[in-house]
Amino acid sequence: MVHYLSSVRAVEDAVGVKIPDNARIIRNLMHGAQFQHDHIVHFYHLHALDWVDVVSALKADPKKTAALADNVSNAPWGGAVYFKNVQQRLKTFVDSGQLGPFNNAYWGHPAYKLPPEANLMATAHYIEALRLQAKAARMHAIFGGKNPHLQSFVVGGVTCVKDLTPDRIAEFLYLWKETQDFVKNVYLPDILAVASFYKDWGAIGGTTNFLAWGDLPESEKEPESLFMPRGVILNRDLKGVKMANHEAVTEHVAHSWYEGKTDRHPFNGETKPQHGDYDTNGKYSWLKAPRYEGAPCEVGPLARVLVAYAWGKKEIKDLVNTVATKLSIPVTALFSTLGRTAARCIETVAIGNAMEGWVMELVGNLKKGNTATYTPWTMPKSGMGVGLNDVARGSLGHWIRIENKKIANYQYVVPSTWNLCPRDAEGKLGPVEESLIGTPVADPKRPVEILRTVHSFDPCIACGVHVIDPDSNQVYKVKAV
Amino acid sequence: MREAKDFYKRLSEKGISRRDFMKYCGMLTATMGLSSSFVPKVAEVFAAPKQRPPVVWLHFAECTGCTEAVLRSMYPWIDELVLEILSIEYLETIFAAAGQQMEENLKAAVEKYNGKFICVVEGAIATKYGGAYGKIGGRTFLEIAKEVCPKAAAVVCLGTCSSYGGVQAAKPNPGGYKGVGDALGIKTVNIPGCPPNPINLVGTVVNYLLLGKLPECDDLGRPLFAYGKSIHDQCPRRSHYENDEFVEEFGSEEAANGYCLYKMGCKGPDTYNNCPIAKFNDGTSFPIQAGHPCIGCSEPDFWDKMSPFFQESG
Repeated sequence: MVHYLSSVRAVEDAVGVKIPDNARIIRNLMHGAQFQHDHIVHFYHLHALDWVDVVSALKADPKKTAALADNVSNAPWGGAVYFKNVQQRLKTFVDSGQLGPFNNAYWGHPAYKLPPEANLMATAHYIEALRLQAKAARMHAIFGGKNPHLQSFVVGGVTCVKDLTPDRIAEFLYLWKETQDFVKNVYLPDILAVASFYKDWGAIGGTTNFLAWGDLPESEKEPESLFMPRGVILNRDLKGVKMANHEAVTEHVAHSWYEGKTDRHPFNGETKPQHGDYDTNGKYSWLKAPRYEGAPCEVGPLARVLVAYAWGKKEIKDLVNTVATKLSIPVTALFSTLGRTAARCIETVAIGNAMEGWVMELVGNLKKGNTATYTPWTMPKSGMGVGLNDVARGSLGHWIRIENKKIANYQYVVPSTWNLCPRDAEGKLGPVEESLIGTPVADPKRPVEILRTVHSFDPCIACGVHVIDPDSNQVYKVKAV
Repeated sequence: MREAKDFYKRLSEKGISRRDFMKYCGMLTATMGLSSSFVPKVAEVFAAPKQRPPVVWLHFAECTGCTEAVLRSMYPWIDELVLEILSIEYLETIFAAAGQQMEENLKAAVEKYNGKFICVVEGAIATKYGGAYGKIGGRTFLEIAKEVCPKAAAVVCLGTCSSYGGVQAAKPNPGGYKGVGDALGIKTVNIPGCPPNPINLVGTVVNYLLLGKLPECDDLGRPLFAYGKSIHDQCPRRSHYENDEFVEEFGSEEAANGYCLYKMGCKGPDTYNNCPIAKFNDGTSFPIQAGHPCIGCSEPDFWDKMSPFFQESG
């Protein structure tokens, strides 16, 4: 969905077409649904088990779990019988000896801090979230035909004009509500409950610079109307937040498996593979090293929330302050692994809340008889265009150059390239590299602490981390997927 | 049948009635092209076997969209697939373990279930430059596939990439990417699509568990129950094609009327899949219903052969 959006926007920029209001709203609704869906799946299914010990949940007292859940969560399910059944289901599964996704993990590791009851509550919500996400994905199917890989965006607008009917919109709204209820009543309370046991992670895993292209335009004016604003913050200086400009981006290849000597703007980007061995002093990554005014930047939920906070965006600022107050942590604790995982939830609440208004705006247009969803256009002989988005994982840009009505060059710089890039020509570390320095690791053979920080970035690639024990010099390889 | 009884009891504890359960078994049976007399047998496959059938799921050059598609399974629910029906032994995306622990899982599963596991493969295999374009834990995709696939009871390629190479294999195919069958010279069941409908994977696996064999396939390795007819022949817009009623511009009155998308480049006539019947995400829609021409994503080499996507087929 996200590359689809950026590629369509890049071509629209190159050919100079303005899309109708309804197309903008439908794209925002699809993108909003993507945030809701993706962040729920990331937290519960790709990240939570770094913090939640599933096996410990077997020792929980269902009654106490029910009491805990009543206290911290507004989940629609609960009670001692419910948690007893979840525990029984888990026990049957574990007793079968076929542990599936839980096999050979880090259960019982000293870094797990939740009591058994909190582990059982979180495990129950892990299972509930599996079903909820399957339902939430139907929002995409309504106006996009299917999920994943929806298929209704075209250069000039959207194709789903036939689906702009009261029953389809009502269906969307119903799914939106069920999903957003989960976000507000389960996801946010779970984040607060889990984080309260891991406050030390508010000082681990932070980085220095933050970039957000911003996204979700609420009018045709960009970047002014972006619901998640555009901006860049260098050296953690929130007061110094400034507008970001794509012209300040270059990509280095000094430590990447590509030919070339100089850093280049994506419009002039080259992709000439030069594969070799893994050599941390030389080339060691397929990712290039993108830089903003020469600075490596973290992108993603934390960057977006910090930029929005720094610009004073009310919807985000209020939520950040509420979360900080509830956890009794300063706002500066956001510069961390804990902050990154909390920011993901914060923006899900804010974006999800905004979606209802967008649906009503669409309904308003339709009521007035405005059903336009597409603007015709013609392919120019040549052109250049950029499509900037800020998607679940972070800032995404596509750059296209058209010559003789064909693609002459096409480059993209994706969120995981920003976050997981290698060093640049000047030796500056990439954000994930920087974030891992100083991470406490209790057992180098089972470094679940490393996974916490790497997973908190929501990497879209597998990455290799080598842990070296300073006492024995023993090297351990960790692959975070 | 005691196990089956327990199973229904457990279903009801989870708030699923026997009726709902039989409904999804019925839907699945119909998708598989089996007669309704098979519905109880399909239900039995799901009725909590003593040892859940082991599945090893390999990821090569892909976007994980096929895994994501299966995570959206609602017939049966994804949590039932993972916790009660199958035993997922290795699947990088959802496992809590990583790195060394994860690779140990693969090794252990292949040894323990040698000749007995179902191997699902997602993604194409790089074959040029000694496989340099794709490695996991220092081993190339090709090495991993050569070691694991021959030990499987069946190899099921999920998605167009593992089936036929997909986008990686589009011209000029710099990494020499191939589908699994092609790269290894073995016979695979192919469930292409970008992504495929998860119900077609479930149908294939149930067919295997139910009848002890893989479903009947066409010459491209695709199960006939899902890929036996063209999109065009099953399309709800077909009558508009016959009546010469075509969309010629997106967003137009003709588009709002749901006319035929052939002139917009629809590849439905050349594409074999059950999208118009099974639909995606609990039967919510499929691309043509959303007004977009079919791009032929379940056909071999569709990036090269089906493009330009928005031009009428010649």
